[in-house]
Amino acid sequence: MSEEEKRLFESLYRIRRVELEIARVYSSDVVKSPIHLSIGQEYIAVGICDILKKTDVVFGTYRGHALYLAKGGGLKAMMAELYGKIGGCCKGKGGSMHLADKAVNMMGTSAIVASSIPEAVGYALAIQYQSSNQVVVCFFGDGATSEGVFHESLNFASLKKLPILFICENNDYAIHSRLSDRSVQQDLHKFAESHHISASVFTECDIIKLRDNAKNIVSSIRAGRGPHFLEVYTYRWMEHVGPEHDWNLGYRSKDEIEFWKNNDPVECLGNMLPERERTYIEETVNQEVAIAMDFASQSPFPDAGELYKDVYD
Amino acid sequence: MTNNRILTYSEAILEAITQEMDNDESVFVLGQGVDDPKGTLGTTIDLHKKFGKSRSFDVPVAEEGILGVAIGAALAGLRPINVHIRVDFLLVCMNQLINMAAKSHYMFGGSFNIPIVVRGSIGRSWGQGAQHSQALHSFFMHTPGLKVVAPTFASDAKGAMIASIRDNNPVIFIEHRMLYSLKENVPIESYTREQGKARIVRKGVDVTIVAISHMVVESLRACIHLESIGINAEVIDPIWLSPLDIESIVSSVRKTGYLLVVDNAWLTCGASAEISMQVVQKLQGTCKVHVDRLGFENTPCPTTKPLENIFYPSPSMIAAKVHKMLYSDRESWSPPISESKEVANFKGPF
Repeated sequence: MSEEEKRLFESLYRIRRVELEIARVYSSDVVKSPIHLSIGQEYIAVGICDILKKTDVVFGTYRGHALYLAKGGGLKAMMAELYGKIGGCCKGKGGSMHLADKAVNMMGTSAIVASSIPEAVGYALAIQYQSSNQVVVCFFGDGATSEGVFHESLNFASLKKLPILFICENNDYAIHSRLSDRSVQQDLHKFAESHHISASVFTECDIIKLRDNAKNIVSSIRAGRGPHFLEVYTYRWMEHVGPEHDWNLGYRSKDEIEFWKNNDPVECLGNMLPERERTYIEETVNQEVAIAMDFASQSPFPDAGELYKDVYD
Repeated sequence: MTNNRILTYSEAILEAITQEMDNDESVFVLGQGVDDPKGTLGTTIDLHKKFGKSRSFDVPVAEEGILGVAIGAALAGLRPINVHIRVDFLLVCMNQLINMAAKSHYMFGGSFNIPIVVRGSIGRSWGQGAQHSQALHSFFMHTPGLKVVAPTFASDAKGAMIASIRDNNPVIFIEHRMLYSLKENVPIESYTREQGKARIVRKGVDVTIVAISHMVVESLRACIHLESIGINAEVIDPIWLSPLDIESIVSSVRKTGYLLVVDNAWLTCGASAEISMQVVQKLQGTCKVHVDRLGFENTPCPTTKPLENIFYPSPSMIAAKVHKMLYSDRESWSPPISESKEVANFKGPF
């Protein structure tokens, strides 16, 4: 077991643990906003961010807890944000759907599907203009590929050969609607090929392979060879929004989750660790999470004057 | 050598952008046709030759995507100017303007700035029709997080453009196709027009006319008619619609007792409604105030000339409205109708 794998397990476990904790406290209404849990999909953000530098830039979506934490965003600030507190990463004005941590180049997440994709492309344009060697990674779901601005963004990124990696987390569902009911083209990476962007698809549920696969891609982008589009098959374990499972709704079958649960990267990596090391990591993270929850509940709410701040710079 | 030259409105905008691009390498221009031989009605002409193709470039016909690109570049510290040859095209990028640009600073607790300038030109006449003539400044005024500026005169256009480029917030810069050829003395040096500061274009004592964009020019023509019957109107060009210099307007109305808002737009829920309401809120109970307004007829803009002539307020209509406000007990009066020369002369094609 290498240090790298330990690091990946720790990051994965932290996100899983925090999200389970969020789900646990949710019924007490301390988090007064919608939550979109990443449970089951964390390995994508963790695997990709593991090969990025701190100076690299990520853009994500309202299902953003995993990306925020994987990029190195502050845990205490995230929890306080979910609690609507002044100690939150956005002073409580953003909440779960709008996380950001500028210090680690985690750009703000949006609740409007696909709307941060052109911004990621614009950031990449600025990187090219400034001759910096940063890379932008833009995360979005399969639902975003039906938006016009998705195609506009791909075309522009290809036209200018920008340093950007598009990660399409294809979990097959946009809320409760299957991809096959929404799109004739179901090989989503082929959209990128039609824009002359090099594209690939990753179908396994294996964080090590995903990371190694993406490593070469990111190096190629950093070397100035233009954008890449990586479609990653994945599965959302929980309901679209909220802390529960949603098998009772009947729009998807429980059989679908078998493969993903059996190959859960959190468990797979954890099982590879010597028990003592796994326990040590888990206990350390558990404590870190407890401290963050405590910080969130102790942090004060913003005072009334805060309503009027930050409308303009 | 004099520090003032006569420039057209479009030359003034070009000079402002050129000076800021010289001054700050982070400023760049992107938009459909900005580097073509027409150069956005002259306002971006040859910038790509002077500053290189990375600083002034054409873009795909993808308004939302390109505005998002501008926002992303701004997040990385650049200062993009995104150019649209008609305001109507901004409707295609409203998601990026309203949901993203206007919200990002607030939603992320002040940690990100979006210093973009989004230019849009209002069209009029010679068959611009329903989709090339809309003036949507009130849409943007409605949204906290955006600034809106609509200068009428060349010197204000230059100063407001420089102020907009230097601002750390998204600024919607509203131009008007009929203004591009109008000339004014414009200082050669770089300067800014202060935000939230109106310009009193004409001093008067009998009535306050607050006019927006091209309607300032039409209102000044109306004043000549009014003068012939002994009415001396004060004309205020707010220049900045958000932030709005309501104090200058209020102090003028306190003096005259009459306010006519002439908007280059529809009236319902528009800038005229907002300005009138704010004036009434500030003055009611302290003095007698009469308020009225003029703007587009409440229809889409027709293409055919005879109907288009009725659609827009004219100097004659403005003068008649003022007369009616001041002398409601007298028989109505209206000066002869004549078409304003920049409207009559306009033959496109853009």
